[in-house]
Amino acid sequence: MSDHQPENLPATTPGGDARTPAAEVVDQREGMFGVRGTGDTSGFGGLRRQVALPGGSAKPYGGWFDGATEKLDSLVGDGAIEKVVVAHGELTLHVARERLVEVAQHIRDDADLRFEFCSGVSGVHYPNETGRELHAVYHLLSITHNRRIRLEVSCPDTDPHIPSIVSVYPANDWHERETWDFFGIVFDGHPALTRIQMPDDWPGHPQRKDYPLGGIDVEYKGAVIPPPDTRRSYN
Amino acid sequence: MTETQDPYAAFADARDTTEGKVFTVTGQDWDSVVSGLGDEPEERIVVNMGPQHPSTHGVLRLILEIEGENVTEARCGIGYLHTGIEKNMEFRNWTQGVTFCTRMDYLAPFYNETAYCLAIERLLGIEDQIPEKANVMRVLLMELNRISSHLVCIATGGMEIGALTVMTIGFREREMTLDLFELITGLRMNHAFIRPGGVAQDLPAGALDKIREYITWMNKHLPEYAELCNANPIFKARLQDVGYLDLTGCMALGISGPPLRAAGYGLDLRKSQPYCGYETYDFDVPTWDTADSYGRFRVRLQEMWESLKIVEQCADRLAKMEGEPVMVADKKIGWPSQLAVGNDGMGNSLDHIKHIMGESMEALIHHFKLVTEGFRVPAGQAYVAIESPRGELGVHLVSDGGTKPYRAHFRDPSFANLQAMPILCEGSQVADVIVAVASLDPVMGGVDR
Repeated sequence: MSDHQPENLPATTPGGDARTPAAEVVDQREGMFGVRGTGDTSGFGGLRRQVALPGGSAKPYGGWFDGATEKLDSLVGDGAIEKVVVAHGELTLHVARERLVEVAQHIRDDADLRFEFCSGVSGVHYPNETGRELHAVYHLLSITHNRRIRLEVSCPDTDPHIPSIVSVYPANDWHERETWDFFGIVFDGHPALTRIQMPDDWPGHPQRKDYPLGGIDVEYKGAVIPPPDTRRSYN
Repeated sequence: MTETQDPYAAFADARDTTEGKVFTVTGQDWDSVVSGLGDEPEERIVVNMGPQHPSTHGVLRLILEIEGENVTEARCGIGYLHTGIEKNMEFRNWTQGVTFCTRMDYLAPFYNETAYCLAIERLLGIEDQIPEKANVMRVLLMELNRISSHLVCIATGGMEIGALTVMTIGFREREMTLDLFELITGLRMNHAFIRPGGVAQDLPAGALDKIREYITWMNKHLPEYAELCNANPIFKARLQDVGYLDLTGCMALGISGPPLRAAGYGLDLRKSQPYCGYETYDFDVPTWDTADSYGRFRVRLQEMWESLKIVEQCADRLAKMEGEPVMVADKKIGWPSQLAVGNDGMGNSLDHIKHIMGESMEALIHHFKLVTEGFRVPAGQAYVAIESPRGELGVHLVSDGGTKPYRAHFRDPSFANLQAMPILCEGSQVADVIVAVASLDPVMGGVDR
């Protein structure tokens, strides 16, 4: 079932060339329309769909990606960059979390890299990726070389700690607070990691996948429409 | 019977905290504050400005520690307009997401829509299949939007320092811009007009004439701002050297947009990383060298002229593009948004209904599948940044291969730029805080999302 291409998926999925990343399965979806615990007469309940994100790419990555990653490798040594993903013309470096500050420092200060502008951090929650549930994704811009790069760091839900890079990029101050607020990722070393969007006493971290959207049933002329997160939907 | 305490009985009740003695002043209670301070008073007043203060641009809360009229420390409290748009987008299909993200930075809705759609198009791999006319219409709407957004910034900024005429004429010109939006998209705000794959509708009849009228009007009235403000001694006295932030500070704090360009660095993503065909338009990136509020005002003023130049070029191009498609040719992506005005008002285009009901079974299937299920986007992530009126607006989209975004994150320039508030305000006077915050042009809908 996993090799089945849904018919309404545009036929633009990358072809079989050497640089196509091998897919990395992060989740497994079953059924359709979110129907649970009821007799399935449609047959859709038997559907299995793997959620596979682009996995690690093999060299050469193409363009300036090779030079930049080699330079970074020579600066930080083994073990810092866990994986390099090239997809949609964007370069993603998966960084070991204990080496993040070191990598950020080099990536900002080295004249050949010089990513001097940090566009902040965004969190992503993959509840079924055991041991790597929470991801922090940093987007950096090199104004000098006119390039963009993405750093991705993951941490387990049971130990949601990632070092703060505010010491390297002061611009990340509020962005890290926001990611703490929404995902519960603790950025160690942040000068004042407090909630920024939600009230100070808010329980939970709203952008996590296990946090409900909320909302109430709406009744109109006897028919009841459930809130969006409990409606039947394609998954 | 228990004794009830009147909460207002003891004004300015003193409390001892780790920070020293604290009074909560409610007015008419200065005697008790003065007597409560004792012989060696330490005067440290923390003033809470906002969140409902009119000159904090929406619901922004400023926490100022003042000594007399001087601000010694300043902090922002945000989140009062947080509506969970990013979370909501995870529960609607890709096309519906446009309706949500347009409400983020409500003064620059077309930028939110375009950035979001460009990110989807990158994930779909259809970036080079977007019809030329859709790109020109996107550029047209974005540049008109830059004018209307800068007008609000200049108008409200003027009003806050007492220049009411700047406010009245600013909103007059903005109204003309919104009239164009209404003509083209049907709405003055929250358009949801730019869709994945193109734009929702073709340009309506007569729109080009209206655009040309608008250009004539703006050419006549835009100079008024320069005449009113540029050399006005009061205006200059209020803005010059206020809210100073040099290039080093901008880079450290991740400031982009007019504050960065007013510090002398002409970074503009339309030039450095062009999208929607910006590389084919003729325009300049204005900069200023004073790095203060006055410089930001001048940069915005000049940017409106540059935007008007682009609008003119768009109008010329659109004149030659009559009847060209505005939505990607792939019927499995292009949302069926064909509308027409009938006898009973706006509704589904009868031509489209005839097509799907009478002529093409495939068209009916595509319509049904798109509207009920939506299209699927290959799994992966993309980050697209565009130059909004306030700086770098970035969209980080993650798809799990489904019909809805797995995660949508907006790097809003208002949010990032507002981090500079303390460095702009500390050491200045309270009145300058208003000017400094206004010069950053934060829009709380974008800050809080």
